[in-house]
Amino acid sequence: MSVDTATVRHIAKLARIAVTDHEVEALVPELNNILGWIEQLGEVDVTGVEPMTAVIPNQLRMRPDEITDGNVRDAVLKNAPVAEHGFFAVPKVIE
Amino acid sequence: MANLNDLGIAAIRDGFRKGDFSAREVADSFISAVEKARALNAFTVETPDHAIAAAEQADRDRSQGDFKPLSGVPLGIKDLFATKGVQTASASKILEGFKPEYDSTVSGKLFAAGAGMLGKLNMDEFAMGSSNETSAFGNVLSPWRRNDGGNAALTPGGSSGGSASAVSARLCPGATGTDTGGSIRQPAAFTGITGVKPTYGRCSRWGIVAFASSLDQAGPMARDVRDCAIMLEVMSGYDPKDSTSLKLDVPQWEAGLSSDIRGKRIGIPREYRIDGVPAEIDAVWEQGIQWMKDAGAEIVEISLPHTKYALPTYYIIAPAEASSNLARYDGVRYGNRVAPENGSLDDMYKATRAAGFGAEVRRRIMIGTYVLSAGFYDAYFNQAQKVRALIARDFQDAFKQVDLILTPTAPSAAFGLGETTDPLGMYLNDVFAVPASLAGLPAMSVPAGLDAQGLPLGLQIIGKPLDEQGVMNAGLALEERAGFTARPEAWW
Repeated sequence: MSVDTATVRHIAKLARIAVTDHEVEALVPELNNILGWIEQLGEVDVTGVEPMTAVIPNQLRMRPDEITDGNVRDAVLKNAPVAEHGFFAVPKVIE
Repeated sequence: MANLNDLGIAAIRDGFRKGDFSAREVADSFISAVEKARALNAFTVETPDHAIAAAEQADRDRSQGDFKPLSGVPLGIKDLFATKGVQTASASKILEGFKPEYDSTVSGKLFAAGAGMLGKLNMDEFAMGSSNETSAFGNVLSPWRRNDGGNAALTPGGSSGGSASAVSARLCPGATGTDTGGSIRQPAAFTGITGVKPTYGRCSRWGIVAFASSLDQAGPMARDVRDCAIMLEVMSGYDPKDSTSLKLDVPQWEAGLSSDIRGKRIGIPREYRIDGVPAEIDAVWEQGIQWMKDAGAEIVEISLPHTKYALPTYYIIAPAEASSNLARYDGVRYGNRVAPENGSLDDMYKATRAAGFGAEVRRRIMIGTYVLSAGFYDAYFNQAQKVRALIARDFQDAFKQVDLILTPTAPSAAFGLGETTDPLGMYLNDVFAVPASLAGLPAMSVPAGLDAQGLPLGLQIIGKPLDEQGVMNAGLALEERAGFTARPEAWW
């Protein structure tokens, strides 16, 4: 499988990264080079093999459903590029 | 008095306890070394006040007879660890100026154990790189130079390049690193220092900027095995804030150190003999085998049949996880924002991420997005997770026959900055390091000698899950036999 400029634009859109025409042209061979190389995994016989989900056997733990944190609004907002009225602020999304 | 910068962690800790010097004297000595070494660009932020405050506290505690495990020891902290009130940028433009409101669990444990922080250490952007050339804060230089009389700037390796350069140049006695696919071990090998990647889950990932969550592990980088054991003991331990943190007691690794490895069975994987690797790498490996025999260990040839698929597996799984983890950098909650005039929210996301991420990070996010996208998930990501299971099984089978595995750490010595421009060529640096990462195994690099150009080469020891003690004991046996005392001559 290989990617063309349309696919690269689509991936960039999914990844929410703006790309220029020039960058798309440069990315096509770069990505194809890497994808061509990882394609060799297709030759491995994985019949009956379950995909790995945990590298070290470990039980996901339950914890009591209790509030253990909170009341730190100002700390949460401290690094926001724009915060207004105690909220994160973004460009208008609803007209 | 001996130059305090020449002392490692154990020597500082013990000398401080005995009263040979004050913690303040140690801190001042390293702070001045850091200031003099700015040409190396190892630090992104210097925090002398933090180091001094910890030292003065340690001195006050000492007068009360109160000693913590790292009282009097100043450390460097990789920029991937959240540090309260101190810029944590992950060497990325997108996080420049980000000052966390909290400490990562690991750095918090080190500080609670009495350590001070000399500064934040430069690295590859979001830990994506093997040469420290992807940092938004500029390349880190290795303190080492080739013995050809030239002054070619060499890489300290990556991604923990600042940590490696700083420890090697005696700017700090130890530093934190993180290892996703070799990012502690390869730079340790390139700079003649020691680094340990513990079993996945030993060190909490909470507060460490995430790259590939199923692989990321913190670990110590220091001058020798004992110093690594001391640091790792403090850094490890169960943390309810990390769902993959292992609920196990932390062994007393330092007290358990012993270079007596008689009777241990050491595996030599035949698949690690690969074409195109310089003869000197094979030679140092052969030397390591001889040292192991000399130490009374038994050498066993083993097979890890899926080794050649480890790198391509890694370069599906790590970018896939990265594309997901790095989705959080959207210019809303933290980090930098680029909002085009009259643009939509989506325009803001795209412009923010295009301006904030460097080329390698963008490339990996794109690869990760592609292998996770509809129609390709099974062929790429799921296949890679299956091959990963086979790679882990290879190790499980091998560990039925042997206790430990010995390999070279990296397929070359340090290369010159700018010499490797092809992404795939760069990825090959981690060919020996990645398999253990994919299997979550503890592994370390120990300096073994110098190549003909006078540059350090490292040997890697891989152990069974949770057998950091066995790994470090074998590391100690190698360290005693290698007698590695070479150090870079100060030119900076």
